[in-house]
Amino acid sequence: MTQTLTRHSGAPAAAPPARAPRRRGADTRAGYTFLLPWLLGFILLTVGPMLSSLYLSFTNYNLFEAPKWIGLENYTSLFQDERFLQSVGVTLGYVVFGTPLKLAAALAVALLLNAATRGQGFYRSAFYAPSLIGASVSIAIVWKAMFGDSGPVDQGLSFFGINLGGWVGNPSMTMPMMILLTVWQFGAPMVIFLAGLKQIPQELYEAASVDGAGRFRKFVNITFPMLSPVVFFNLLLETIHAFQIFASAYIISNGEGGPAGSTLFYTLYLYLRGFSDFRMGYASAMAWLLVIAVGVITLIFFRTSKSWVHYSGDAK
Amino acid sequence: MTILSPPTQARTADASEYNPKADSRAAKRARGIVFHAVSLALIAVVLYPALWMVSSAFKPSSEIIGNSSIWSSNFSFDNFVTAMGGIGGVSTAQFFANSVVLALASVIGTVLSATVSAYAFARIKFPGRSIFFGMMIATLLLPFHVVIIPQYIVFQQLGLVDTYIPLLIGKFLAADAFFVFLMVQFMRNLPRELDEAAIIDGAGHVRIFCSIMLPLMKPALISSSIFAFIWSWNDFLGPLLYLNSPEKYPLPLALRLFVDQTQSSDYGAMIAMSVLALLPVLVFFLIFQRYIVEGVSTQGLKG
Repeated sequence: MTQTLTRHSGAPAAAPPARAPRRRGADTRAGYTFLLPWLLGFILLTVGPMLSSLYLSFTNYNLFEAPKWIGLENYTSLFQDERFLQSVGVTLGYVVFGTPLKLAAALAVALLLNAATRGQGFYRSAFYAPSLIGASVSIAIVWKAMFGDSGPVDQGLSFFGINLGGWVGNPSMTMPMMILLTVWQFGAPMVIFLAGLKQIPQELYEAASVDGAGRFRKFVNITFPMLSPVVFFNLLLETIHAFQIFASAYIISNGEGGPAGSTLFYTLYLYLRGFSDFRMGYASAMAWLLVIAVGVITLIFFRTSKSWVHYSGDAK
Repeated sequence: MTILSPPTQARTADASEYNPKADSRAAKRARGIVFHAVSLALIAVVLYPALWMVSSAFKPSSEIIGNSSIWSSNFSFDNFVTAMGGIGGVSTAQFFANSVVLALASVIGTVLSATVSAYAFARIKFPGRSIFFGMMIATLLLPFHVVIIPQYIVFQQLGLVDTYIPLLIGKFLAADAFFVFLMVQFMRNLPRELDEAAIIDGAGHVRIFCSIMLPLMKPALISSSIFAFIWSWNDFLGPLLYLNSPEKYPLPLALRLFVDQTQSSDYGAMIAMSVLALLPVLVFFLIFQRYIVEGVSTQGLKG
């Protein structure tokens, strides 16, 4: 392709200064051609819908009549909607308690496995398995059965003299149950931690040993700083991910967010408003608040990360 | 796979290396035993729900609730027979077939569109590339709930609700940035000299992509295919929004219908159907676990 172009213009093909700009033109065309699928998807399925969702969030729209402009009414009524506020509380509780616990479990097990001489591959895979199936409807059903009245968890606890009478039907126990479900999926961040741990140069530990540093000092002064970019990555991704929990909440609560709204997660309420009540404008406003919340959290993470995330030349 | 995994060769020694002088062989062995004991105990806890699920699928319903044991004296296939009977007049085999069609189409669409787009990001220089790349990364963090309502409205107005098109179109348009990102990272690690040599030989981007990149990208293609398959297989929200007729349902939606209609009366059949719905994922995992786990670990590095 390049040669044809060069010949057309009559310039000697071998002359580099004359050739470079023409290659650039061909590259631009090739670049956009190759990028076409993503570009189309980005415009048609992301940017376009985002703009119309922004517009819809200022309207009343039920899918059957034309959208009616109501300004900020959706947004103001959201903050008087008790179910909305409850869904915010439920989701925040889940994110604030679930994500750090999940990451702590992931890091602890990664540290344990990193010291392994043998069988690391096996353990890594076995711990990862729940992450692959955890968000499925099947596991939600199993969770519901396991934590239900006189389910195996109840049975196990009664052995220790604890009687909760099932977690699923008890509004104060559904959140711990959902948190256990997300912590159970610690394998995905764990695998990423392990890969990060392997990139820490061993010489650092050897030098620290010579200086007489103990395990704890080594963790605080070497492992954690060297691992901090990976911690940051996992924290950001898992937090954003946690905001979007849907399938398990839907199945465990029969699509209603019960008992007493204790599993009314944000996305579940958004779904109910949009697709059961057909309040598309209202649901769009909710979606935009979620985008803003995620954006603000991402920004806060990036801002604060400067003080604790350590980027060195060789450990990216 | 070696290319996908980060350079780990530097570290082959074990933890005892930290303090070599203090270590005797016996201490090393003792530490090994403790390590394996702790790890196995942890695995038992982590895998218990999955084991309980599989064993419960073979137990009579009366033995499932109120029984935390994995063992039973009454193992039978009755639950699977009930589960295979289907729900709402549709056989479970049909749900399976629907899931397979959706998952395979997702794999084809995702792999095609993501590799082609990633090639543009990773190997071609053109104005606007870095801006688009930034936008692609931003969509990784964007909650997709912000697009589902307008997307639904458009598909509804086009009369495409209750077809597979809304579920698949995004796959053919590289809408899942995760895969594009994964491919870009992979391609960036392939030596540039290959393209340069090919360009000198007169090859264009199509040739470079087809005869140099694609063959070298096998590990990334396999990882992406596995993830695309499993995610499509487990997807619930998409089918919940777009599909109305039970004969078009994939397994997760059929499972919900099953739960709604049997309620908690027949736990055995419900759990047997859950196992059936997860079966391909579990089989895939057993066969490809190396690709799956390493695919995840590369995602987090070199960002």
